[in-house]
This record gives sequence, structure tokens and C-alpha cells, in this order.
Amino acid sequence: MAATLKLEIVTPEAKTFADDVDMVTLTGIDGEMGIYPDHMPVMTQLVGGEIIARKGGENIFLAVGDGFVQITAQRVAILTDMAIRAENIDEAAAEQAKRTAEARLAQKLGDEEAATVQAALAHAVIQLQVKHRHKK
Amino acid sequence: MPSTRDIRRRIKSVKNTAQITKAMQMVAAAKMRKAQSAAIIGRPYAQLLNEIMAEAATRTVGFDHPLMQSRPVAKRAVILVSTDRGLCGGLNSNIFREAMKLDPAATVFITAGKKAAQFVRRTKRQLAAEFAYKDTPDFAEARAISKFVQQLFLKGEVDAVDILFPRFINTLTQAPTTVPFLPIGKISAATAGVNSPAQELPAGSPTDVFDFEPDEETVLGELLPHSLNFQMHQILLETKASEQSARMVAMKSATDNAKEIIKSLTLEYNKLRQANITKELLEITTAQMAVG
Repeated sequence: MAATLKLEIVTPEAKTFADDVDMVTLTGIDGEMGIYPDHMPVMTQLVGGEIIARKGGENIFLAVGDGFVQITAQRVAILTDMAIRAENIDEAAAEQAKRTAEARLAQKLGDEEAATVQAALAHAVIQLQVKHRHKK
Repeated sequence: MPSTRDIRRRIKSVKNTAQITKAMQMVAAAKMRKAQSAAIIGRPYAQLLNEIMAEAATRTVGFDHPLMQSRPVAKRAVILVSTDRGLCGGLNSNIFREAMKLDPAATVFITAGKKAAQFVRRTKRQLAAEFAYKDTPDFAEARAISKFVQQLFLKGEVDAVDILFPRFINTLTQAPTTVPFLPIGKISAATAGVNSPAQELPAGSPTDVFDFEPDEETVLGELLPHSLNFQMHQILLETKASEQSARMVAMKSATDNAKEIIKSLTLEYNKLRQANITKELLEITTAQMAVG
């Protein structure tokens, strides 16, 4: 009987996270899900926000973008376009990215460009949210 | 018989060429390292995406996504991926040789990169659209191409889409490769993950049946286009890696050739110079003897 879950978070740039954890909390398309070992196999979409991985009483917080989640009894595999640990978030950089994106949105953009800028904006906002929550 | 001045001039011009090719070689080498790491870095993602796709495809019975529909192929679209600039050895010509083999009447080309667009125009094949991509390809650029062919496919204008691109094997070898893009029906580990080594899937036991939340249609509806976009992006990255590698190797051999030519020209120059001196000496002594 598996007592731990293997959590893998992969982005196009890197394998951000790969470790055995006790529990994972993430935001799926139907709302927040808490996943313990021996979860039933599920495949769903991930909504940008926060992922909390609990390992030995310690919580690891990550800011993630949209993506896909595949859950099996022993493993949670997350594919996303962004993943960054809360302690690694550069608040100033995120703030800056948010402002730049907002300024760009105010201009006229093509569809493709607008989508890219929107995504950048969403990423910055999520990072800031996660960062702020942990300041308190 | 060329004069010493002619030879000197030629040496100088070859030297200039060597300098340029040497510089290009250095630039390509630096860019190559960047492009190669960019191409390799996406592999874990490609692999996991691939795993999920394969799983989704095999375990959703009786579900058919429009992008998975396989039809008898009357018209085929080929995405021809080339470089923007030349001077990269036989990279582009190898790709175009493959493209020439395709039936012109039943094939419509979509090009990425300037050289491919020029090729299609020159050979008067059918061109559906040209796309450009930068030195470091953006995901957005890949998405534009992938979206366009998905539209073509969904509208029924083409029945299958292939991608023809220079696969990066290592710095010395790039092979023109055709991979099927659409329909997605034939997902296998070999196609979806560009160049990723086939590995057994570590995910749960084969009896697992996945639940889809909210439902299969929504998840697959998002997953399939996304994976296509990503695959396209990987291919662009790989093409860049191939291009820079090929250019570096081509420029290196050009530099070596130039050095070889300089060497033989210098030898010839010295010989000629020596011959001239001897001739002059001979003339002086003959003249002296005649006077004396």
C-alpha cells in the first residue's frame, strides 16, 4: 500500500518538481481537490493558482499556470506552462511583468499576440497572489 | 603564368573569405549550444504529454474527437520546415529532395522558414500558407502554424497532415524526417514526443480506467490541440538546433578549405618569387659577362 504520492510537475522549460509527498492540493476545473495516496485515476484540467504539497508535516507551495493533471494511485503528474515555488517568486519581477502586460493589452494586438500577453498577465497575477498569501 | 602580384591578390581574397567563415562558425557554435539545450529541455514535458495522450487515446473507447478522425487521404498537407538563411550545408536541399518526391497534385505545402517558401514557389507546387519563425522560436509562432493546419483539417480541405523537417540527431548528423501530425488517431510513443526515447509508461496498472473531469470531451478537446501546438514548437526548436549545427559544420569545413588553399597558394607564390630572383641573377651575370 503506497503511503506516499509521487508528485511530478513538468513545464516546457524544466521538470520543476519531482518528489514523494503525502498529499497534494490543487485547483482542478471543477474546484479544489485534495489528493491522498490511492486516489482513483482521474484526468482533468488544471486551473492556474496554487498547489500545496505536504511532505512530513511541511507544506510546499507552488504557483502554477493552466495545464493538465493525471492522477493515479501512486502518482500525480502535472503538465503546466508555469510552475514556480512560492519562495522563489520574485515579487518585483512579477509586478513589473504585470504592468508590462497590462500596458501591452491597452494597445491594439493581433489574436496571437493578445493570447500570449494574456497568458503572461495571468502568470504574473498568480505569482503575486501566491506570494501575498504567504506574507501574512 | 600568373604574376606574383596576382597570386598575392588571390591569397588576400581567400584570407578574407576564411575570416568570414570563421566568424560565422563561431556564431553558429554559440547559437547551436543555446538551440540544442532549448530542444532538449522540452523533452520531459513532451514525454509526459505523450504519456497522457497515449493513455487518453487507448482508454477512451467509443470517443471520437474531430481531430482524430481518419479519412481516406485524397489531399495531403505537408508542413515544410526549413531555415531562413542558407550557408548551412545540405540541410535544406536534403529536405527539398524529400519534398520533390511527393505527388504535386495531391499535396499542398505549408512552409515555415524563408527557404521553404522560396522552394515551393520555384517548383510551382501548391502553397497554402507561409509562416516565419524567429531564431528562438516562440510558442505563439508554433501555435499559429498548428492552428492553421488544424483548421484546414477540420474543414476537410486536407485529409492528413505531415511535417517534414530536419531532425536533429547530433551535431554532425541531421536527417530529413517526415512525421504524421494529423489525424491524431495514430498516436504512438514514436510520433508525439519528438526524438524522445521510447520508454515504458510508469503510470499505474493497465487496468486503471481514468475518470475525466468534467468529461472526456472537454479534457481531450483541450489536450489534443495543446499537444499539437507543443509538438509543432518542439519541431521548430529542433530545426533551429539542426540549422545551427549544420551551419557550424559547413563553415568549419569552409574555413579548413580556405586554409588549405592559402597554403598551396603561398607555396606557389614562393616558388614563383624564387624563380624570378634566379632569372634576374642570371640576367645580371650574363650581361656582365657580355660586357666583360
